[in-house]
Amino acid sequence: MAMRAALKWVTLVASAMAASTATAGPAADPLGSVMWNDMKAQFFGDAPVVFDDRVKVSIPSIVENQAQVPVTADARALGDVKKLVVFADLNPIQHVVTVLPVKAAPYIGLSMKVEQATPVRAAALLGDGTWHVGSVYLDAAGGGCSAPALARKDADWSDTVGHAQGRMWREVDGSARVRFRVRHPMDTGLARDNTPAYFIEKLNMRASDGQSLAEVEIREPVSEDPTFTMIVRLPVSDKALTIDGRDNNGADYRSVIPVAWRQSDAAAAKPGAVK
Amino acid sequence: MKRVGHPEPARDGDDGITRRAALARVAGIATLPMLLGVFDADAAPLAYELKPERIGDGVWVVRGAQEAIDRKNGGAIANITIFDTSDGAVIVDTGPSKRYGLALDAIVRQLTGKPVVRAYLTHFHPDHVFGNQAFAADAIAAPKGVVDGLADLGEAFASAMYHAAGDWMRGTEVVAPGRTLEDGTEQIGQRRFRAQTLAGHTASDLVLFEETSGLLVAGDLVFLDRAPTTPHADLARWRHSLDALGAISDRALVPGHGPVESGARGVGQTRDWLAVMEETIRNAFERGLSQNEAIAEPLPEWTGRIALARYEYERSVMHFYPKLEAGSWPRIDRAG
Ligand SMILES: [Zn+2]
Repeated sequence: MAMRAALKWVTLVASAMAASTATAGPAADPLGSVMWNDMKAQFFGDAPVVFDDRVKVSIPSIVENQAQVPVTADARALGDVKKLVVFADLNPIQHVVTVLPVKAAPYIGLSMKVEQATPVRAAALLGDGTWHVGSVYLDAAGGGCSAPALARKDADWSDTVGHAQGRMWREVDGSARVRFRVRHPMDTGLARDNTPAYFIEKLNMRASDGQSLAEVEIREPVSEDPTFTMIVRLPVSDKALTIDGRDNNGADYRSVIPVAWRQSDAAAAKPGAVK
Repeated sequence: MKRVGHPEPARDGDDGITRRAALARVAGIATLPMLLGVFDADAAPLAYELKPERIGDGVWVVRGAQEAIDRKNGGAIANITIFDTSDGAVIVDTGPSKRYGLALDAIVRQLTGKPVVRAYLTHFHPDHVFGNQAFAADAIAAPKGVVDGLADLGEAFASAMYHAAGDWMRGTEVVAPGRTLEDGTEQIGQRRFRAQTLAGHTASDLVLFEETSGLLVAGDLVFLDRAPTTPHADLARWRHSLDALGAISDRALVPGHGPVESGARGVGQTRDWLAVMEETIRNAFERGLSQNEAIAEPLPEWTGRIALARYEYERSVMHFYPKLEAGSWPRIDRAG
């Protein structure tokens, strides 16, 4: 099956390469994905799109577990970003997340599921209506020694669903870096056993006065027990960040993370300084 | 020389070829599509070329490549030890595939003129045990933890190996050891094999000491000049095992991966790597870095001399980060 996927990719790339030689120009997809025009129509409609290396997508150089591939999208170099979208052209469901960084950095770290090698992209919408797209190519070959748990063994998620853990660090510039994890099966609805789609679809981060700092639309490709890294402009006087979540079954989850209780870590720690 | 594996031009991760180069390769082939068929038909059957190194009287090691599992090396990355005895040949670990096991069986018969009467398995990782098929199940012995681990994860390993090594794996199936090995001594011909089950690289790591040759076969508890792998590691237990091995490390030692020499350097280097890897990851984690940011962290200069240092560090980030998150972050949901 893996081989078939890879060969399919060869075919796709081959035809895309042929296509891109014909239409070479500033808007040509640097990865030559045959899906690019579909992606463009799906995510940007008629809006102008440019490829821009300042939108950084970070992935590991190897896929250790196809169910948990860490992806970080970072458009901070662009300044004021209205929306940040992450998608993967060759995923069965391409859309991964959309971030509205109301009072937050255009930045998100998460883990996602992949079925085969695919471009992974982050697109940042600027105030002038232009989308700036950064892309990387993810090769889905595994390390061989790991055994990806493709099917969840722990069927009894009901005791733990919605349990959340996390920490927050006040950065030197006053913003707050938050990392948290929510227990949730994040079923795609595409599994052969007909498990229906069941996933967290929305997160909203709020300051203590209720104002929204960031909204995140989450889609099925996000991994089981999702873990997120975000950077929000939490008011300096605030003692905690509130995260409201909702899944597609209508269940609401609320978490409160105390702020900056180990502020010294972020500022003082340097590699090798500990121990 | 090993032949290049299945002609699948889109694969590029393991051999370090850049995406751009891979695309160029694909593009080149795309312009000559008729060649694909010819290439396929012409592909010679894959063959492992095993080169045993004599390390003592009637003792050989077949060195694994200091590489990641890929379609060029066919997964032949782990060391295999061969002992000649008056009652037959004894091997430690069987290699990554059926094809490898068959090649190993042939070379053992060539060296010793005898069949394999005992194959010890050091642990359940696929690069060490998927040659089992070439040997009588009843000759294969491993600690209970190895037998259980293989029963649990063998099929998943097999699919991962097919994915990583491709056609080299053809026909390979998971074969359970026919014997559960207890700690203690087994006499085979003139040789005495003392088995001790330690842990840390996996939940069950067999160390074998052969008394007449004085050789210690350490499995993957010791890596030398190649970064250790950690998908099933328990670092505290691993350190404990290294302490035990350190006490006898003046002996010749066969590491799971790397050259055979007196054990001190391998034990020390494995310990140093585990310390640096763990500290770098923990430090990144405590500063709130995402996994990808942790992967980009610098490693000390000396690790540049270790094969696959960044590759294995990166894998280790992905192994340990989820455990750190689940294990050390406080509950933040209201119910908690
Ligand atoms: Zn191993």
